Amino acid sequence: MAQITLIEAVTQALAWEMKHDPSVVVLGEDVGVNGGVFRATLGLLDKFGAERVIDTPLDETTIGGITVGLAAQGMKPVAEAQFEGFIYGMLEQIICHAARLRNRTRGRMSVPAVWRAPWGGGIRAPEHHSEANEALFTNVPGLRVVLPSSPGRAYGLLLASIRDPDPVIFFEPKRIYRQYKEEVPDDGEALPLDVCFVLRDGSDVTLVTWGAQVKETLEAADALAEEGISAEVIDVATLKPLDFDTIHESVRKTGRCVIVHEAPRTAGFGAEISARLAEHALYDLVAPVERVTGYDTHIPLFRLEMKYLPSVEKIVAAAKRTLAVS
Amino acid sequence: MEKPVPIAATFEIEYLQYLDAEGKLVRDDLPAFARDTKQLVKLYQEMLMVRVFDAKAIALQRTGKLGTYAPCLGHEATYLAIGSTMQEDDCFAPSYREYGVQFHRGVKPRELLMYWGGDERGSNFSGPAHDFAWCVPIGTQCLHAAGSALAFKIRKEPRVAVCTIGDGGSSKADFNSALNVAGAMSLPLVAVIVNNGWAISVPRDAQTGARTLAQKGIAAGLECLQVDGNDLIAMRAAMDHALKRARHGHGGMVIEAVTYRLSDHTTADDARRYRSEQEVKDAWAREPLRRMKAYLMSLNAWTEDEETAWKAQCTKYVDAEVNAYLETKAQPVEAMFDYTYAELPADLLAQREEAIAWEKRT
Ligand SMILES: Cc1ncc(C[n+]2csc(CCOP(=O)(O)OP(=O)(O)O)c2C)c(N)n1
Ligand SMILES: [Mg+2]
Repeated sequence: MAQITLIEAVTQALAWEMKHDPSVVVLGEDVGVNGGVFRATLGLLDKFGAERVIDTPLDETTIGGITVGLAAQGMKPVAEAQFEGFIYGMLEQIICHAARLRNRTRGRMSVPAVWRAPWGGGIRAPEHHSEANEALFTNVPGLRVVLPSSPGRAYGLLLASIRDPDPVIFFEPKRIYRQYKEEVPDDGEALPLDVCFVLRDGSDVTLVTWGAQVKETLEAADALAEEGISAEVIDVATLKPLDFDTIHESVRKTGRCVIVHEAPRTAGFGAEISARLAEHALYDLVAPVERVTGYDTHIPLFRLEMKYLPSVEKIVAAAKRTLAVS
Repeated sequence: MEKPVPIAATFEIEYLQYLDAEGKLVRDDLPAFARDTKQLVKLYQEMLMVRVFDAKAIALQRTGKLGTYAPCLGHEATYLAIGSTMQEDDCFAPSYREYGVQFHRGVKPRELLMYWGGDERGSNFSGPAHDFAWCVPIGTQCLHAAGSALAFKIRKEPRVAVCTIGDGGSSKADFNSALNVAGAMSLPLVAVIVNNGWAISVPRDAQTGARTLAQKGIAAGLECLQVDGNDLIAMRAAMDHALKRARHGHGGMVIEAVTYRLSDHTTADDARRYRSEQEVKDAWAREPLRRMKAYLMSLNAWTEDEETAWKAQCTKYVDAEVNAYLETKAQPVEAMFDYTYAELPADLLAQREEAIAWEKRT
């Protein structure tokens, strides 16, 4: 079985689903001949033809809106925003229609669509190519927000997202698109949406994260282990709806929690997790919850961006702060 | 319908060219500026300068000294025509590769390199303080130009806002909204569509069923013209006309500059994946510098020796700018905070302190 990268897992999932469900179409800028600027749709045009792999005119309003129309008429569109920073032109269609059509029509119509976008910083890219804007979407009722962090989870969660009867925002951490390979059977097996994945068991502190920061967080857990500290690592994977039970169960065990995300701190999704801990797990906590996040600034252009993003060292320091409380 | 139906509206789009691909004049009504050979030589020299810079920037990117870079190879005539016809107090709203316009308006190569080199200070450039900086979200700058034009109109200032947009970008809602509002409010807006044939991998014909991109302005009530964007004389004549109309309160105009992107889209792109070598080869025969050089040489206004000497001068200048760029130290960590608001609120100040303390940790 072939070892594949996260981005190849995206392609593999798209190809599987297009092969088995003729209503699935892919649309966006440069998704055809070019196979997407990151090559997520590589080879799909040859396999499925220009009617199902659609290079649109360069207009996000168009992409956002025709995706709603396609989905409402029984297609299963997977729209690509070329970068997360270019999804804003689709927002009106996503928020006012995709997320609301089921509710508006009392279930008569719905929008079973997926919006994919490369997401996050750390690739020395130009302005608007490095944002972590997931919290804009987690505040919208009716949307699911998914952010896989490994090839296997990218494959399984993308299949689940396409099959889901409601609109899904599917962000792909571009910094780890090609970070490593793993075996991902091309068997069409979806992973459950709406569950967190415990990536590493531990007993002293719970580290909660998603996206590319999973890499730094696992490394931080390694570093902590060398000092005899046992960290549990949770990849949230589906932010909305949130599987809080898995997080709560872990915190019941450890009494300490560090939330890591690269988006700005204020009203970042870490705030939601932290609020739920305050609401439901206050008496399980031994130490205040720590957040390691981007600052409340624009992510800087790349000469400074690594000073903005969370790092292994920052995560380790935060974990130790929680452990200093007893 | 069996009987003739009255016509509600008709339109035509003219195509303007003075110099053909070989540098031969195809019209005998040369505009006044084009009879001033010295000025043409100067503009040709500026085009060469842009080309030398462009090649140098790509080399910097390839050796890891610059981030992703969007070249402008082939667009030089269009850009120099825009830059050299606008007045200093007109406002320019570019996308991301209009270096010829910007150099002419005083932006320094080192500033441009800083922008593509991941340093925000590049956008605080030496060009006019009212010019917009590089605009990556396609098309959004067109509405900034429209808003600027409205400000000029409200204040009764004889100024024009100029935006540039790609063939791909001409599909964007923002661009079409900008034309619409310019027509509705009779704004002093000049929108130049730089039709270089491609929007990354998507060819011009996949963007719209319209015969020309210029005609997108017709529906908005604007004057529209298609121009050979590789012909500096035609482009300059078109810009002169558009700016004059707008400045005198006769409203906005759309100019479609037909050129070709001779380079990859950016240094992150590989155009061989989606377009033929033959197409690019053919386009090289129409490129702007070759024809201007031929024309100037036919007038005995330029020689090979002058060209060699000028290129050496360009290289020297560009190298000095590159060195200035490479010697620029990174900003301190607090720089990411300092321009978030006019005055930093307390909670952000606290984060700023946190960031500084983290830098100083032992
Ligand atoms: C809103 C938005 N969507 C997508 C992109 C990604 N992107 C950057 S350049 C480009 C193609 C632009 O083509 P065109 O408008 O023809 O301009 P050119 O680059 O050819 O000058 C695309 C799709 C972007 N920068 N902004
Ligand atoms: Mg183009």
